[in-house]
Amino acid sequence: MTQAEGTFNRLANPTRFMGLASTILPWLTCLTALLLLTGLYLAFFVAPEDYQQGHTVKIMFIHVPFAWLAMMGYSVITIASIGSLIWRHPMADVAAKTAAPIGACFTLLALVTGSLWGKPMWGTYWVWDARLTSVLLLFFLYLGLMALWQAIEEPSRAGRAAAILAIVGSVNIPIIKFSVDWWNTLHQPASVAKLDGPSIHSSILTPLLIMAAAFTCLFFVMHLMAMRTEVLRRRVQALQLTHVDAAGVTQGARA
Amino acid sequence: MKAFTSLVARDLRLAWREGGAISTALGFYLVVVAILPLGLGPDLNLLARIAPGILWVALLLAALLSVDRIFHNDHEDGTLEIIALGPLPLELVAAAKATAHWISIGIPLTLAAPILALLLNLPANAFWVLVLTMATGTPAISFLGALGAALTLGLGRGGLLLALLILPLYAPVLIFGVAAMNAVITGPSPFLSSYLILCAITLATIVLAPIASAAALRLNLN
Repeated sequence: MTQAEGTFNRLANPTRFMGLASTILPWLTCLTALLLLTGLYLAFFVAPEDYQQGHTVKIMFIHVPFAWLAMMGYSVITIASIGSLIWRHPMADVAAKTAAPIGACFTLLALVTGSLWGKPMWGTYWVWDARLTSVLLLFFLYLGLMALWQAIEEPSRAGRAAAILAIVGSVNIPIIKFSVDWWNTLHQPASVAKLDGPSIHSSILTPLLIMAAAFTCLFFVMHLMAMRTEVLRRRVQALQLTHVDAAGVTQGARA
Repeated sequence: MKAFTSLVARDLRLAWREGGAISTALGFYLVVVAILPLGLGPDLNLLARIAPGILWVALLLAALLSVDRIFHNDHEDGTLEIIALGPLPLELVAAAKATAHWISIGIPLTLAAPILALLLNLPANAFWVLVLTMATGTPAISFLGALGAALTLGLGRGGLLLALLILPLYAPVLIFGVAAMNAVITGPSPFLSSYLILCAITLATIVLAPIASAAALRLNLN
């Protein structure tokens, strides 16, 4: 009986989440599509070409949102991990687990689009620039989290172990960033033009911001869907366990 | 405090009498440092220039090799659970075991580094700073390694996973260790600033890592 009660309590909150997710998801998906279409239109047809970079400047409109989401993804994981460690909130666990692959994808995309952009701009696919290096290390942190989730079979244990690792990583990210900056200035002078000058014209800035909003919405759409799938996956597993349990009980009664 | 020192002493005694871990780590260190010139070519000028990096990276790998044993044996035969039941808080247990790892692996590797540096033609004025930075950085390596070992405790293929989890966290130690050495060898950046940051990283790791390790241990002991 206690087990059934425990299962029920565990499902109670996720049920509310499932209802909420299915109300929000259609709207959020529409908003994402709208923003993405507007952003792409502005980026490809309205925004001017850079006089130095030509067409390749268009990569920026997806590259910068990817890089931003790479960092936001880790923040989502950190917040969810704190939630799951302190309050043992089951949905926080699910949120941390499902955000990791999405964040890792965006990090990888940021690295790939960055190096595709780098080839015509710097003449090489990869430079050991401080930013590239720290994003690469961030990618490794994501991989470590996902590997830990995979290695531990029991979901609640895996969740807490991954939460500890995620929080340790979030403490470390600023230190890693700082040390890589330091390392880079020691090894080579800053040779790569930085984007963060005050000189971004509004004709480029507006589409960029719209694209950033669009991809942020896309992140949350995918995150909600992944969380829903994870909840369903766990329910299926719980049902299977109950069936196995029931079969065991009837067999025991027969014997 | 007595429980802490006796736990450290016990681990050291075990490490000394088993013997395997220390000699494996030292042998691995020697082989990695010796095999790199085979790939890079025998140019002594080049080797002298990259010697700090080679020595540090090889040290990290050699330490990583032994780090997953910090809790493994005690976990397998149940000793760890008995220790956890004892009066010592798990945070201090983790700190004691990391300290023992540092004394039994970190210090021998640090002392072996100057001998290996001879093979790489490290400039003579850098020997003292090699030993100093490694003596300062290896505690951080042991304490972070203990965290990784606690997280992967009881997993089948813990060793490989451990490398993936911990190596990104080693980046700051590596960067500032090598930066402090390069500051002495080539200049012009000041030695002290890199070295003090390395000290800060080590001190912060010694304080914070055992807390996370203890959380991971609690999780794996239940």
